[in-house]
Amino acid sequence: MPEHTFRVNGEQVTVNVAGDVRLLWVLRDILGITGPKYGCGINVCKACTSHINGRAVNPCAIPVEDLQPTDEVTTIEGLPATVGKNLHPMQQAWLDHDVAQCGYCQPGQIMAAVALVRRVAAEGREITDADLDGLRNICRCGTYFRIREAIKAGAENM
Amino acid sequence: MTTGSNGGGLDEAIGRRRFLGYVLAAPTLVAAAELVPPAPAADTRLPSPELTELLDLNDMMTAAALPTSGLISVEVNPDGTVSFALPRVEVGQGITTSTAMLIAEELAVPLERVRVTLADARPELVFNQLTGGSNTTIATYIPIRVAAAIARLRLLAAAAAELGSEITDLTLKAGMIIDRSGGGIDIGALAEKAASTETRQVSVELTPRGSFTVIGRPHNRVDALEAVTGRKKFTMDLDVPDAKPTMLCRPPTINGEVGSVSNLPEVRTMPGVTDVVVISTGVAVRAETFGQCVDAVRALKVSWKPGTVEGKSDESVLRELEAAELPLGLRPPVPTVEGKFTFHFRSNSALEPNCAVADVRADRAEIWSALKSPIVAQQAIAAKLGLPPGRVTVHVTEGGGSFGRKLFFDAALEAAEVSQKVGKPVKLMWHRADDSRQGRTHPMATSRVRAAYVGGTVLSYKQRHTSVSTDLGHGLGEIITAMAARLPVGDIGFSQTFFHLSQAMSYRFGTSSQLLSETDKGFNTGSMRSVYSPDVTCARELIVDQLAARMGKDPYRFRHDFLRDDRSRAVLAKVAEAGDWGRPMPAGIAQGIAFHAEYKAVSAALVEIDCRPGTVNRPIRDGVTGPRVVKAVFAVDVGLAVNPRGLEAQMMGCIMDGIALALTSSLHLSDGYFLEASWDNYFYTRQWNTPPELRIIIMPSTSEEPGGAGELGVAASMAAVACAYGRATGTMPTSFPINHGTLSFAPKPTVPPIPQSPADGLNDARRTKEV
Repeated sequence: MPEHTFRVNGEQVTVNVAGDVRLLWVLRDILGITGPKYGCGINVCKACTSHINGRAVNPCAIPVEDLQPTDEVTTIEGLPATVGKNLHPMQQAWLDHDVAQCGYCQPGQIMAAVALVRRVAAEGREITDADLDGLRNICRCGTYFRIREAIKAGAENM
Repeated sequence: MTTGSNGGGLDEAIGRRRFLGYVLAAPTLVAAAELVPPAPAADTRLPSPELTELLDLNDMMTAAALPTSGLISVEVNPDGTVSFALPRVEVGQGITTSTAMLIAEELAVPLERVRVTLADARPELVFNQLTGGSNTTIATYIPIRVAAAIARLRLLAAAAAELGSEITDLTLKAGMIIDRSGGGIDIGALAEKAASTETRQVSVELTPRGSFTVIGRPHNRVDALEAVTGRKKFTMDLDVPDAKPTMLCRPPTINGEVGSVSNLPEVRTMPGVTDVVVISTGVAVRAETFGQCVDAVRALKVSWKPGTVEGKSDESVLRELEAAELPLGLRPPVPTVEGKFTFHFRSNSALEPNCAVADVRADRAEIWSALKSPIVAQQAIAAKLGLPPGRVTVHVTEGGGSFGRKLFFDAALEAAEVSQKVGKPVKLMWHRADDSRQGRTHPMATSRVRAAYVGGTVLSYKQRHTSVSTDLGHGLGEIITAMAARLPVGDIGFSQTFFHLSQAMSYRFGTSSQLLSETDKGFNTGSMRSVYSPDVTCARELIVDQLAARMGKDPYRFRHDFLRDDRSRAVLAKVAEAGDWGRPMPAGIAQGIAFHAEYKAVSAALVEIDCRPGTVNRPIRDGVTGPRVVKAVFAVDVGLAVNPRGLEAQMMGCIMDGIALALTSSLHLSDGYFLEASWDNYFYTRQWNTPPELRIIIMPSTSEEPGGAGELGVAASMAAVACAYGRATGTMPTSFPINHGTLSFAPKPTVPPIPQSPADGLNDARRTKEV
């Protein structure tokens, strides 16, 4: 069985699994990192959204063999450490706005929100309604409005 | 003392309701109540004796004789926390939070010290462990508080003995009992001292509404931190030893069955695969990872027997509905307004797919799943496995959404079957495509309405709702039947009874009748959020708009004039005022207003919809844009709102559902299967459909007791969107969702039944524009 080495939430990991197994299952079924959720497996619902080297990705669509040893995978579990705190400002904004209902999509929503704010900041501008409209993450509980409010608030503290 | 009414004076006690509960024999303090409280001993006008006397006075029976098996209990732990196992399931509706609030209120402990878990299946509760009908808070509001209030009484009595004080000199506040000298003792230190060696019946009064400090105030969810950190555990996140990922290869048409499999040995040797077995609903694959399950499912070569709706399509089901329609009767010799509305199939899937963990051994079984009817599930699984129900333990896990879907336990039944067949624990999950194509649906229906009027009077209103059968076989039927036995509806069926019980006629429309006719039991259906109400109300409110137009009245004013009571008029007036009803708008943008009453609550929605081409034709990859609701104002009166912030969240979700039902989300039936197999096929509301302006108004409470909230807002929202669309476009919509006639995606194949995961995900990290 081939070995694959990469970094997850600040730690180097090596897994023994076929190379075409998608990262989502490596995280969840092998490494026991269950923050990224399954909602479709075809990169549509975005419930598994995580970061690789700081950019939003969907692990359900990444064969584990595509990862390099230096690639840094950040899941919701590792997000606070990226700012050296117990909670990332976006997570705090989520709490302040009591965004979650069932909570299933929320890790993916938060990871997508953080990546969006970073991208918009890199472009030197403020978040717009059009940016928020472009988020594809599904929330079947329909918390979309509070998500929008929380992203705007979280962005101010990032 | 500030413990509310319990030790109050004579005047306070007069006329106040007393409730009976129990202190249970246990090593630590456990106070309990019956889930359905007996008729309170009202008007007994007991004088108010000392608490200790009260306890003794009411010691009526011994433990052996007490019917304690059906009790729900609040337990005070030595560490100062309070535990309660809620016999309901949390699926996002916020009942763990509202339940913790009830306990915190009556027990005077900080909310953070209350631990609400979900109870395993408890058959002794009979019909009282079903999460549905927006009933949780209505049904548990009194019993949970009774149990908590009894615990408080016991703690005070124990503290009196401990501190050598009179009970009347003690104050229980924030989890501490303090005497007049300022000396205090934590309830945790009293947990064992307040325990009882025998079960005793106790009479108690509840904190009066005017003294509430927790109930009725907004509170954030108790599970929010777990949710935002990814620590919240859903069924598939549980670490059950050796429970390996398991998926099913399912048939190409609805409910098809396995004929034969030609390559079982090859698939069994695929990487990671541990087992492949045929079960009643397909071919099950167990593997080291779900990814390898996907590969194996796709590799299986199965010949299938036909399903239960072979060859059927939207068109053929519509013809079945037409054949099942009940007559509207002769048209009266006065002006009438009539309409016929069609509502297509809709998916009942939550974001968390159907899933369950099962560990079945020769003599016992253990199941984990988010179940709204765990007792029925336990009994069905036991029957399937050939085990006595007592040997099947069913753990209820928190669910990732439900909207009615988790009333059924399809995945739990399958997981049990697979685990028994392979002799190993399994973690079974449906693929998203399975959920869309083989999952439960909100049935296709038509609604025909005729209203007759003369001048400014509506003489009669008739509505004939014809629907593909809604499966209520999860046990809701028994509850309804039990209730119906006391109603003058005779021996009509469960669904008929449910329909009649849920459909109020809120307007003074002369003689009114609303009847349901059902046909075709071949589909996998279920009660989707608010069941019949969104469709029935949508049809009614569109006709109301037509009536108003015929009479030359403003749609808001017309509704206001015809609504039956002040409470109803108040929510309607509130949205009209807050939403600036009637304000001038450009062509292509319009307002809609609608009303709905159910679950002992009333609600009204006002929306503004933008149907201009620039909005309708916004480009979104693999999405449906269409008309956009740009503003929604919603007013709700649920009686007593236990947690206004949670209620607001529920209404927000209901609005998003209503928008989806009116505009975008449906299933297309073709040749015996649904074409949708992805969230980019089934167009539930997305960010680009979300109103950028949203306001939810919780009305001042009009009742001492809470109404239901989890489903309440869907009907008025859907109807308001439909009415607004009609006004913006100048045509009354008659088919929902309005985009159903356009297929906005390329259907995925049915063989293999699930799509392969893409492999280009790392490209996302290099994209600059899209998230």
